[in-house]
Amino acid sequence: MSVDAATVKRVAHLARIKIDDDRSAVMAEELSKILGWVEMLGEVNTDGVEPLAAVIPNTLRWREDVVTDGGIQDKVLQNAPKAEYGFFAVPKVIE
Amino acid sequence: MTALTDLTLGQMRDGLRAKDFSAKDLAEAHVKAVEAARVLNAFTVETPELALKAAEAADAALAKGEAKPLSGIPLGIKDLFATEGVQSAAASNILKGFKPPYESTVSGKLFADGAGMLGKLNMDEFAMGSSNETSAFGTVINPWRGKGNESLVPGGSSGGSSAAVAARLVAGATGTDTGGSIRQPAAFTGISGIKPTYGRCSRWGIVAFASSLDQAGPMARDVRDCAILLKSMCGFDPKDSTSLDLPVPDFEAALTGDLKGKRVGIPKEYTVEGIPAEIDALWKKGADMLRDAGAEIVDISLPHTKYALPTYYIIAPAEASSNLARYDGVRYGLREAPENGSLIDMYEATRSAGFGSEVQRRILIGTYVLSAGYYDAYYLKAQKVRALIQRDFMQAFERCDVILAPTAPSAAFGIGANVDDPIAMYLNDVFCVPASLAGLPAMSVPGGLSDDGLPLGLQIIGRPLDEEGVLNAGYAIEQAAGFTARPEAWW
Repeated sequence: MSVDAATVKRVAHLARIKIDDDRSAVMAEELSKILGWVEMLGEVNTDGVEPLAAVIPNTLRWREDVVTDGGIQDKVLQNAPKAEYGFFAVPKVIE
Repeated sequence: MTALTDLTLGQMRDGLRAKDFSAKDLAEAHVKAVEAARVLNAFTVETPELALKAAEAADAALAKGEAKPLSGIPLGIKDLFATEGVQSAAASNILKGFKPPYESTVSGKLFADGAGMLGKLNMDEFAMGSSNETSAFGTVINPWRGKGNESLVPGGSSGGSSAAVAARLVAGATGTDTGGSIRQPAAFTGISGIKPTYGRCSRWGIVAFASSLDQAGPMARDVRDCAILLKSMCGFDPKDSTSLDLPVPDFEAALTGDLKGKRVGIPKEYTVEGIPAEIDALWKKGADMLRDAGAEIVDISLPHTKYALPTYYIIAPAEASSNLARYDGVRYGLREAPENGSLIDMYEATRSAGFGSEVQRRILIGTYVLSAGYYDAYYLKAQKVRALIQRDFMQAFERCDVILAPTAPSAAFGIGANVDDPIAMYLNDVFCVPASLAGLPAMSVPGGLSDDGLPLGLQIIGRPLDEEGVLNAGYAIEQAAGFTARPEAWW
């Protein structure tokens, strides 16, 4: 699969990474190489094979439906680049 | 008298109990060693005060005869582990300055067992790399030097851990292994390291890279030291949904070096084209060592081996692209907000400035293979091939108890040698990735030296939950190889 610069820009936007034109051209080349390489998996017959979900058989546990944590607003906010009035602050999203 | 930093962790433990020296002596000797070795760039943060504080507590406990398993042992903790109040940045610009208000389960267990922390260890950014050259804190230098005094990489992603252990700056270190990140750096620096079975060590508080593959493990001077640390690191944790609720064996007690009645499998597919003859020769020597320890050597086949790396380079980036979505400039870490920009502008600017190029490359690959229309062709296909790779191992384990393979296809290489070719860099993990995909315990032990005098590692892969078998086979190799070479202290 060959990837062009426009595809890289589209994928970068999906991933929320800003990427300029020069770099998207370079990335297109690199990603094409890597995707070309992984396409070797097409050789493998996987008819009837279930995709692996867990390497070690393990069932998800149940727990009591009770609050076990909380009341630590200061700790939650202490690493925020911007916190105001006890909340995370972000650029305005509604007009 | 031997310098305190030259002792193995086991010797330190025994010496402390015999009152040959105090925990304070031990901590001070290591703090000095760390300070003197800054040129190696093994640490992202030094915390001598924490090491000394733990030593004080250890001396008090020792005096009262209440020593815990790791009382007074000074360790280094990989920067991927959240450590309370100490910067935990996963060697990324996007997390610089992040001081977790909580402790990861694994580091917490080590400290609860009496260990102290000398500092946070450098690594590839978000554990993505095989040479420690992607760190936002700069490349780590391998204490071993190449021909003509060439500077070498310490392997990756746990390169700060491997360098610090090999240079005798720490008694032992934590590492994490997603596709070889404990084993390959251990091999590159002449130390031992084990990745336990997936689920043995809690992933809680470890920065997530590829959640279905990530596993913590110890890196240390010898196999016994690994066994001692592993016991403290393992154990059920309700905070990790994939944590295994099983008793933790006494790994150290398994070290007999006797392999009578054990069968060691040699996978024919691990004979990869272009591998240096010295790697092949060491592999054969390793088989002889295990035979001498009483094991029977059998040929086995792991037919899907060559598909392991491409499978890994779909699954790991896919999981990473999802895990790394949380770095958005809102809750922690870096924020880049263009003036009058929107929320999305902020996300995009933050992630563009905060992630290094290898991390961006993997996020883009992961996003691409998970995007609409490609999911079945890439991700689902890879998960099916992964099932076949695991089946290969399970069939092989009907014929053998452990598998012997090289750890890496070369000795440590020069800084900058592979940075321009991602695929060449990825090939470093060709022998490590299959066991990761199958969730199996695997360790690297030093087997000998290359023609250039650099350490080479041998890898033991075991059945699920058979860390004891893996460690004991590693111990047999260690005893037979008598590996005593160490880097000359040039720093």
